[in-house]
Amino acid sequence: MTDQPLILPRQVLPRYAGGIGPIRTASMTFRKATTRISDARADPAPMRWAIVGIAIAFLVLFIVVPLLNVFAQAFSKGIEAYFTALRNPDALAAIGLTLVAAAISVALNLVFGVIAAWALTKYEFAGKSLLITVIDLPFSVSPVIAGLVFVLLFGAQGYLGPFLQAYDIKIIFALPGIVLATVFVTFPFVARELIPLMREQGTQDEEAALSLGASGLRTFFRVTLPNVKWALLYGVLLCNARAMGEFGAVSVVSGHVRGETNTMPLHIEILYNEYQFMAAFAVASLLALLALVTLVAKVLLEGRAARD
Amino acid sequence: MSEAAIVRHRRRVIPGFGITLGTTLLWLSLIVLIPLAALFLRTTELSPERFVRIITSARVLHALGLSFGLSLVAAAVNLVFGLLVVWALVRYEFPGRRLFDAIVDIPFALPTAVAGIALTSLYAETGWLGRALAPLGIQVAFTPLGIFVALVFVGLPFVVRTVQPVLEDLEAEFEEAAATLGASRLTTIRRVVLPAILPALLTGFALAFARAVGEYGSVIFIAGNLPGVSEIAPLLIVIRLEEFRYADATAIAAVMLVASFLVLLAINLLQRWSEGRTGGGR
Repeated sequence: MTDQPLILPRQVLPRYAGGIGPIRTASMTFRKATTRISDARADPAPMRWAIVGIAIAFLVLFIVVPLLNVFAQAFSKGIEAYFTALRNPDALAAIGLTLVAAAISVALNLVFGVIAAWALTKYEFAGKSLLITVIDLPFSVSPVIAGLVFVLLFGAQGYLGPFLQAYDIKIIFALPGIVLATVFVTFPFVARELIPLMREQGTQDEEAALSLGASGLRTFFRVTLPNVKWALLYGVLLCNARAMGEFGAVSVVSGHVRGETNTMPLHIEILYNEYQFMAAFAVASLLALLALVTLVAKVLLEGRAARD
Repeated sequence: MSEAAIVRHRRRVIPGFGITLGTTLLWLSLIVLIPLAALFLRTTELSPERFVRIITSARVLHALGLSFGLSLVAAAVNLVFGLLVVWALVRYEFPGRRLFDAIVDIPFALPTAVAGIALTSLYAETGWLGRALAPLGIQVAFTPLGIFVALVFVGLPFVVRTVQPVLEDLEAEFEEAAATLGASRLTTIRRVVLPAILPALLTGFALAFARAVGEYGSVIFIAGNLPGVSEIAPLLIVIRLEEFRYADATAIAAVMLVASFLVLLAINLLQRWSEGRTGGGR
């Protein structure tokens, strides 16, 4: 069995999914389409069984069981109770706020992510790798700190607090604060998905379009965008999943006003702390479903990108 | 004209350099740089003695030690099991391989609060796993062990997704050469394969560690949050903030932020090291 050549799927979308990790350069992605597992690579059978067994046990214990538990708890009192919990006015308000905050944050990060990816891949300039590192910074900052910095800026005791109070502008404990914290946390996602792909595609297509007389914007929409559409779509989906699920940063800036500034994750926390476990898991199951849809979309988009 | 100058000249043919780079820098400054600078500015308003007093108080020291210590242990566990998972996914064919490959990403996509309550109810005494562990005298939920479980969960994809592409790209020739020269399979793995994926392994370890140190949502439900026992540093920041003790919150945050900058620096150096080893192109 081991001397059968094994065709591994060619990876087109970047592999590190969460957008986190080293950006892979063109030479890494444009590798040979097939890898042959030769005899020299055949591990002894006991080792194979042991490694596969441990790997599966680890993934099942740490990922599959907790995920199944979400749905098991959500439906523990039946489908009726599940939908009653979701129809609760506070739950509906939280869902609404989450949708609005995520829509604004994703739209902002979509626009600026595309612009940043363009600037970082279509030109050569000094300090480029430093700029990429800084764009990645929100990944390594604790979500709690992401919320804290906006409280220090816009809170009542913050640098801009007196100014905002004088003009009666509310940022902290209101929607703008929630959006700011979410944008901070999801800042790198879109740019991260685009940069490796756009770097690998180079600038030749754009140069051809420009030399044929297309304007810069037309070149972007007709040449660049079609080339990266699947990666862009995945970046947006991932950004959206994280935006809807952000907890720490939003928790610090939201003020937890029930039915007003509670997003879905914050509502889950309140329900859980009130021992309304089933209701907490009912709301949580929606976010878990969103995560699963995002991952299915990732697998499908990788397939599409590979075929293109 | 030097080659570099020609390249630069050609690249700038594409319009929009000024506006796109300008917009990027402006947006980055507004959302990320200025807010983070505000944190450091606030820290400098504290006298050095006050800063040291806050950081060296028993409760803060314990919270920082717990966060950093457990994150190291969790990242180390992910390093070992992550490598085994990558090895199984890349090198072997087994039923459900593609499904398990996709499953690795769940901790990235699942909101932390959902993971938090799921793990807590799982390991609580009435939960599926807690019920099995209770007779053995092992209590996971509401102890530091619970924090460890949550940190392993959130860090798991980092090692796998960092090492996976590197192991996939590794040419068979090296292992074939080693085998031809008479090395046993284990020697080949230890002396040929592991050194080649070492930078990726360490990068994955550092990423998992960085993520675990700052983790909040998935931990606070399962931790029990007993000051001096199972209280993590991010939670202490939130508590101080809710008590309006901004100076304390800021000082703890500054320490954690500096630590994450150091980890980020280490990751960048690792990248450069690995690029140098494989010869420029990668």
